[in-house]
Amino acid sequence: MMDNIVLRLAGRIVIPLIFLFALYVQFHGDYGPGGGFQAGVIFASGMILYGLIFGIRSLQRLMSERLLHVLIASGLLLFAIVGIVPMMLGHNFLDFDVLALEPLAGQHLGILLVEFGVGITVAAVMITIFIAFAGRRSGR
Amino acid sequence: MVSEVTIVLLGLLAITAIAAIRLHDLFAVVMMFGIYSLLAAVTFVVLDAVDVAFTEAAVGAGISTVLMLATIGLVGRWERRPKHRPLLPLLVVIVTGAALIYGTLDMPHFGDPSAIVHQYVTPRYLQQSSMETGIPNVVTSILASYRGYDTLGELTVIFTAGIGVLALLGIRHRRREKKHDG
Repeated sequence: MMDNIVLRLAGRIVIPLIFLFALYVQFHGDYGPGGGFQAGVIFASGMILYGLIFGIRSLQRLMSERLLHVLIASGLLLFAIVGIVPMMLGHNFLDFDVLALEPLAGQHLGILLVEFGVGITVAAVMITIFIAFAGRRSGR
Repeated sequence: MVSEVTIVLLGLLAITAIAAIRLHDLFAVVMMFGIYSLLAAVTFVVLDAVDVAFTEAAVGAGISTVLMLATIGLVGRWERRPKHRPLLPLLVVIVTGAALIYGTLDMPHFGDPSAIVHQYVTPRYLQQSSMETGIPNVVTSILASYRGYDTLGELTVIFTAGIGVLALLGIRHRRREKKHDG
């Protein structure tokens, strides 16, 4: 597939739009349909499309194994830390009200961070699974 | 409460499922699964569950299709015919399906306003959530704030799945690469 000019050109046009849409879904999930999970999957599908068109090796150069491992863990860690910070302040686990001066602002900040954590982990896990499957074939 | 659109969609779902069972070309089966997911997503849109539809379209029709295609690349395109007749699995599936359908008889009807879930939790979320969280999308405020603990658990499941795939598929790959290096 590396030498198919139609795919390469279409990929170059479509992939940035996919990333943009993923960011929109990520940060607009408060107002419309979507959220961290969907955004993570869409971002990962953009990366997977890149891997399909430009080869799995290019994708691995872009998202190294080490980076993916760090991302997988850091999304979950971000979620857990956002949950623990209110505990440190003497409130319940995942009680976003106390993250900012006003409860509404705290809720907003908490939900934003939590969704971002979900997005990071989901995207990294999806890309990792794809590389684990597709990388075996190219290793043969 | 069943509209014609729903009937057509559910009929198409059933046809796609039967086609997927009867085909022996696994590539075509994967395409059928993709179509099935898209139809399911449209059904969710008809039911006004746009967030679920979004997930179904992205995961079911998008990512899992690609993953199944990658798997076909590893295992080959044609289904191997089983030597035995799968009567026992068929029996198990029929019994399980009958039990599940029997279980739905106890459930409230679709869209029934007197169902218990519509009596106290749903109205409370719909009326209070935008005041308590300041977020217009009730689904997001429930998932991220009210049920944040559940979402943390779900994210842990995804995390575990990723680690599991890495443990099963990633290590062998890495060992081979090391052999290449050395």
